[in-house]
Amino acid sequence: MTSLDTFRMGLLDPGYPVPKGLENGTRQAAGNRYDVYRNNVTHSLIAALRTAFPLVYKILGGKSFDTLAPAFVRAHPPRSPLMMHYGAEFPQFLADMPELSKFGYLADCAKLDLAFRASYHAADTVPIDPTVLQSLPLDVLMQERMLLAASTRILRSNWPIFDIWRFNNVADAPKPTPQAQDVLITRPEFDPQPYLLPMGAAFWLNRLGMGDTFEQAYDAALAATPEFDLSKSLIVAFQSAAFCKVQGF
Amino acid sequence: MSATMKSLAVAGAIAAAMSAPATSANAASKEKCYGVSLAGKNDCAAGPGTTCAGTSVNDYQGNSWTLVDAGTCETMELPNAADGSKRTGSLEALTRDVPS
Repeated sequence: MTSLDTFRMGLLDPGYPVPKGLENGTRQAAGNRYDVYRNNVTHSLIAALRTAFPLVYKILGGKSFDTLAPAFVRAHPPRSPLMMHYGAEFPQFLADMPELSKFGYLADCAKLDLAFRASYHAADTVPIDPTVLQSLPLDVLMQERMLLAASTRILRSNWPIFDIWRFNNVADAPKPTPQAQDVLITRPEFDPQPYLLPMGAAFWLNRLGMGDTFEQAYDAALAATPEFDLSKSLIVAFQSAAFCKVQGF
Repeated sequence: MSATMKSLAVAGAIAAAMSAPATSANAASKEKCYGVSLAGKNDCAAGPGTTCAGTSVNDYQGNSWTLVDAGTCETMELPNAADGSKRTGSLEALTRDVPS
């Protein structure tokens, strides 16, 4: 084991002894200085987690969040130096906590926070002009493949996840009522925006994203959800600039 | 559904979507407004490891922005600066109220 491994072993485990041979600047045993260092490591990761999951933080409140954060950051230290992507395991961690079993929606809130960040850091894309769709002969359009903007994220939830987000972010938003909601996140202008998807639209967009033709995705969406409304779904897709171009244009 | 019925349904859906007010009025609904945020309240959703959201030090810091409804930025009412000069929001970054 290298001395660096030894140094790292105790960083996320407060019970681990100070590595032997570690000295301070005056060649004395490091002692408490190592404790200060490892406290800073955990503390900075907790601070990162707070920034990373604003919705979860808001719902849980600072005190509860800070109580469960040390267990998470010690179990899941960052695997990449790109801290803006930190916390991929957080939704599962929240779902597995028996203390939080009454708050089933929290894991989806964490997924929404992750989706916002992923959307934020996705590449820029140029949205299509919706009139392009209308200008194509229908038989040509049916065989076209739509390209989704890089910032597109789709979250399907058994909880009123869009209303929960609004309730916590928009002044005077109504209290969420029990229902399943699917959310589309894109970056039509500067920052990621959430859009409530009508029934079946998440499935339809996912099929388009997987490379279905316009016709295939439409057929599949109708088969999966008889109430699927192409018109309503297109309106959200245009509003959110989710289509970045029709291939070949 | 027959092919003709399907074509009609799809054509109808596209036409209806195009005529929806939200689609045609695709103009920017928000704009970045500089110099109007309170300290530590500037926007940004970049996440940890970035130096962006909530980092403004001064109230109405000129190089920090907040998204506001389009058209409201430059007409927003702000308190006058300490020296009595008038403050307004700006669509471009400003040099006033920046930390020294």
